Amino acid sequence: MSITLENVGFVYGAGSVYEKTALKDVNLTIEDGEFVGIIGHTGSGKSTLIQLFNALMQPTTGKVYYQGKDIWGPGYNRRELRFHVGLVFQYPEHQLFETDVMSDVCFGPKNQGLSKEECEHQASLALSAVGIGEDYYKKSPFELSGGEKRRVCIAGVLAMNPDVLIMDEPTAGLDPAGRDEILDLISRMHKNRGITVVLVSHSMEDVARYVERLIVMNDGEKAYDGTPREVFRNYEELEKIGLSAPQVTYLMHDLKAKGFDVDEDASTVEEAKTSILKVFGMTDSSGES
Amino acid sequence: MFRDITIGQYYPTNSIIHRLDPRVKFLGMLAFVVSIFVVSNYGYIVCAAWLFTIIALTRIPLNIMFKGLKMILFILVITVVLNLFMTDGTIIWQWKVFKITREGLTMAFLMAMRLIMLVLGISQMSLTTTPNQLTAAMESLFKPLSRLHVPVHSIAMMMSIALRFIPILSEETEKIRKAQMARGADFEGKGIMNRIRAMIPLLVPLFITAFRRATDLAMAMEARCYHGGEGRTQMKPLKYVNRDYIALALLVLYLAVIILLKVLLHW
Ligand SMILES: Nc1ncnc2c1ncn2[C@@H]1O[C@H](COP(=O)(O)OP(=O)(O)OP(=O)(O)O)[C@@H](O)[C@H]1O
Ligand SMILES: [Mg+2]
Repeated sequence: MSITLENVGFVYGAGSVYEKTALKDVNLTIEDGEFVGIIGHTGSGKSTLIQLFNALMQPTTGKVYYQGKDIWGPGYNRRELRFHVGLVFQYPEHQLFETDVMSDVCFGPKNQGLSKEECEHQASLALSAVGIGEDYYKKSPFELSGGEKRRVCIAGVLAMNPDVLIMDEPTAGLDPAGRDEILDLISRMHKNRGITVVLVSHSMEDVARYVERLIVMNDGEKAYDGTPREVFRNYEELEKIGLSAPQVTYLMHDLKAKGFDVDEDASTVEEAKTSILKVFGMTDSSGES
Repeated sequence: MFRDITIGQYYPTNSIIHRLDPRVKFLGMLAFVVSIFVVSNYGYIVCAAWLFTIIALTRIPLNIMFKGLKMILFILVITVVLNLFMTDGTIIWQWKVFKITREGLTMAFLMAMRLIMLVLGISQMSLTTTPNQLTAAMESLFKPLSRLHVPVHSIAMMMSIALRFIPILSEETEKIRKAQMARGADFEGKGIMNRIRAMIPLLVPLFITAFRRATDLAMAMEARCYHGGEGRTQMKPLKYVNRDYIALALLVLYLAVIILLKVLLHW
């Protein structure tokens, strides 16, 4: 019941010659504690969609509810809402502005009205969660590397202790190690704190590995909504809208076509491995989970 | 990147006016502005007829065309009021110290007409010409000045870069504003000091972005061997075609009519 969108449409520059429909009649509900992935090709409306979740933009048509309340209803405190629904933008490092890392992360908690001590407490918890050590606290955020900046920005949102964490392509422009670190961090937050996570991504491998539910956007409309296995079963249709399934899904389909009795819906390397080993009568011996 | 050209308020309808050479439009605008300061009374009818013919030809919705007037509404009201009450002459209405004279009435009307036509004359051009066309037109028209060592090309290049950066930076501002709002920034706070303080999280990242973009652009230009205007050709060189000659002829005719009326009839 966490976030509900009802017949939501969004038009940029309504009424001008540059009118652009970004979302058409979207209906969806994101339950408390879910880990949801959103995929879709460039310009399909992903970023637009998530900005409706925390009232940064008002839908042109339709309604958005948070915990059952219409967030554009009269008297609704939308600033308060943004403390509960934290959003990390694409390339968030462009939002850094303070003289040192600590103060920048404290910006959110300070806006919540916490005392200086509470702010710093929250901030250091968030910074340690993203793996930024105390020796960084007094550094200028502009001296950090790209990946470190990214983590400081995520900490800046985590420090507000949101119930829902939305991230727009948090791994864009990071190297594989940085990418895994961020994704593992998000998945840990989800497991340990039980927060709802919405992850926008371009990487099928990433979403297949981490999310429990996958929403596919196509041209402003919701095309698919289900578990990654269910969604990737439609890999042929996905290709038509400019997407693809994880590479292992193709491998598994090919193996199946060649007569091996494998699980063709396997979407992660782990699943594929278990399934292939089973066909050869072996069990997973590497000890990986 | 289509939304970028909204800045400079270009409104595409692909009318005959849109397709005119920007130099003709720029000269036309200048000539019109001069003409409304030349005429004094009935001449305004000629100016208005000319202006509204052009406006009709642009096929731009009137509400968009008249939007520019909103900006000068305040100045317009002040001008009218001052002229109305401050001009001496034959009194036609009086209440205590306030009086309206016949001359004041005429003056107020004429000044209002002048202002309105000035704004419409300029909007008419900026709505039908993209900023890039406009800079190209100015570069071409002012080229003779480079003989006098005026850096025409550099100025035009700076103008087009500045114009190009306005939409980029406004988009960037919007992005940063949203990102800070997501962290609870309050840009509608009470009190002037709070407002100013609330701008810091917006302005610092914006300046950093602007400098980064400027350095990137300079490097990209250098990497492509940009070395100023000397010997540089254009991708879309401006060329007069028949309709431009016709438009120029009409423009000359218009100016001739205005001047003749002024000299012969004192309009
Ligand atoms: N500020 C804006 N003004 C006008 N149109 C916009 C604006 N932002 C996005 N759009 C348009 O809305 C559509 C959806 O954009 P959106 O940013 O939501 O896509 P996206 O799925 O996030 O793409 P990407 O994967 O590239 O980030 C696009 O066609 C885009 O051109
Ligand atoms: Mg996006």
